[in-house]
Amino acid sequence: MNNIIVLPLIIPIFTAVILVFLRNYIVVQRMITITTMIAVSIISFFLLELVQREGIIKLDFSGWKPPFGILFVADTFSVLMVLTSSIVTVFCLLYAFSTIGERHENMFIYSFVLLLVGGVNGSFLTGDIFNLFVCFEVMLMASYVLVALGGEKVQLRESLKYVLINVIGSSIFLIALAYLYSTVKTLNMAHIAERVAEAGQDPMLTTVALVLFIVFSLKAGLVLFFWLPGSYVVPPTAVQALFAALLTKVGVYALIRTFTLMFPHQPEVTHTIIGIFAGATIILGCMGALASRNVLTIAAYNIVIAVGFILIGLAVGTESAIAGSVYYLIHDMVAKALLFLLVGMMVYLTGEKLIDHMSGLIRNYPLFGWIYFLTMLALVGIPPLSGFVGKVLIGKGSIEAGSYVLLFLGFASSLVVLFSLLKIFLSSFFGETIITNEDKKPLPIASMASFIALALCMIAIGLGAEQLLVYVQDATNILVNPSIYIDAILSES
Amino acid sequence: MIILIGILVSVATYLILSRNMIRIIIGTAVLSHAVNLLIMTSGGLKTGNVPLLGHGDGPFTDALPQALILTAIVISFATTAFLLVLAYRTYKTNGSDDFNELRGMSDE
Repeated sequence: MNNIIVLPLIIPIFTAVILVFLRNYIVVQRMITITTMIAVSIISFFLLELVQREGIIKLDFSGWKPPFGILFVADTFSVLMVLTSSIVTVFCLLYAFSTIGERHENMFIYSFVLLLVGGVNGSFLTGDIFNLFVCFEVMLMASYVLVALGGEKVQLRESLKYVLINVIGSSIFLIALAYLYSTVKTLNMAHIAERVAEAGQDPMLTTVALVLFIVFSLKAGLVLFFWLPGSYVVPPTAVQALFAALLTKVGVYALIRTFTLMFPHQPEVTHTIIGIFAGATIILGCMGALASRNVLTIAAYNIVIAVGFILIGLAVGTESAIAGSVYYLIHDMVAKALLFLLVGMMVYLTGEKLIDHMSGLIRNYPLFGWIYFLTMLALVGIPPLSGFVGKVLIGKGSIEAGSYVLLFLGFASSLVVLFSLLKIFLSSFFGETIITNEDKKPLPIASMASFIALALCMIAIGLGAEQLLVYVQDATNILVNPSIYIDAILSES
Repeated sequence: MIILIGILVSVATYLILSRNMIRIIIGTAVLSHAVNLLIMTSGGLKTGNVPLLGHGDGPFTDALPQALILTAIVISFATTAFLLVLAYRTYKTNGSDDFNELRGMSDE
């Protein structure tokens, strides 16, 4: 029964390998890819129910009992992440089918998307920190190819920087692992947590924690986001949306996991630094979003702002703040994917990237325009939509903990998000239309379907907050009380 | 060993900070070697027997760092290969291997 945990990793990777042999049969590739992702979504939903019913489940590979073997752990937080990422991938694929073009489809793009998803799911589910490194590498390797695929001048230039940054990041990750192993002599996350708690978190361990923090901030785009706007803007839209939804969020997940489970004992050092970084990220991200006139760059800076906002929850560290982070993370994966798909569609329809060159889109494509408006409201956090509950919970948490500066920054950033997205809306959707009826490109039906589906997801997350909060609360409970996690992993051995 | 790692890391840092593409890639390769050696020291050097039952009594050497290094070597090998191909393509398309000229954003 426990073997089900490994399926979200195994299925995409196996399918990716099979797809390599089907290079010339594009329709078959599409069918297989989408079926796989739907299957993974269903499996992860089933897994979520199972975890909710039976508590944390784990799978020890080849029967090696923890802490000696590698293991996969499914707790509510990780399974929620797997479920969201699988669903978002389904819709991004739907969009990709209609827009990505034969040239990419011939070059194994679906294989790489599946490998990316496999790596992402693996990073969410693993219970071993070295295995986390390996899954990160699987994911990054696929993302390197996806950034460079297409071979345009800009893509190659930006992808080289992206790869170099991440290679150096991986080396620092390994350095942190080496220090961690030489101090605590274990790599199992639960066991690390136990040993750190036993020995007390001395300055040496705090240093290791901070090295890990730097690595994950690099991946999450926390302060060290200088690579993000460049490399997220160059690949095809569907890939951008996947990156926006998944890659930085894996970094955020790793940060939350590390600092709630393994190193929570020195909050005055680590959590203060997280708070400062989160605040700085929000300020710098806002500056970028305000200064830019390019729709893609504005959207990319919005990712940065959201990452900062989610980590306010972690920095504050009260129960409701962490619940808010989890909730906002789920919302943000859906909403950012939708934002990137919409913005990419704008570029596709008009052939322009600067907002000054677009105008009056809402006259030509009314439904498209209103979905953009809805996304904007959700990202800002207007009540019936998905961003609201997360913002309220994080706000409540920061008031409880008395960190008013972060509270102010977080809510000021909402205004900046509103302003930057409204800027796009006013200048590109309203006003005189520039597209005459003769040059009007038809909106692909499949991509419209993915917009509507993602928008419905967003509304569902907002309206179904009560149902979702049950899961979020469960996830938070485990995050706030790491002993539940540790006991579940180590008790049987 | 520690001194050797220190030297390798400083060489790697120097190479990565240069502007030439190939130097940077060699720098990352050197850095990954330094890290692998660091992992090896984390298990403790020169202590104990082969970690196989029946090959003498304990204490055994910790075998885990070696497994970690093996994985890390494979990964760094793959990334270095990919980087070299990517660098070659970038050089062909952009006509430069100097990062100062690859700054970007000016032509958009």
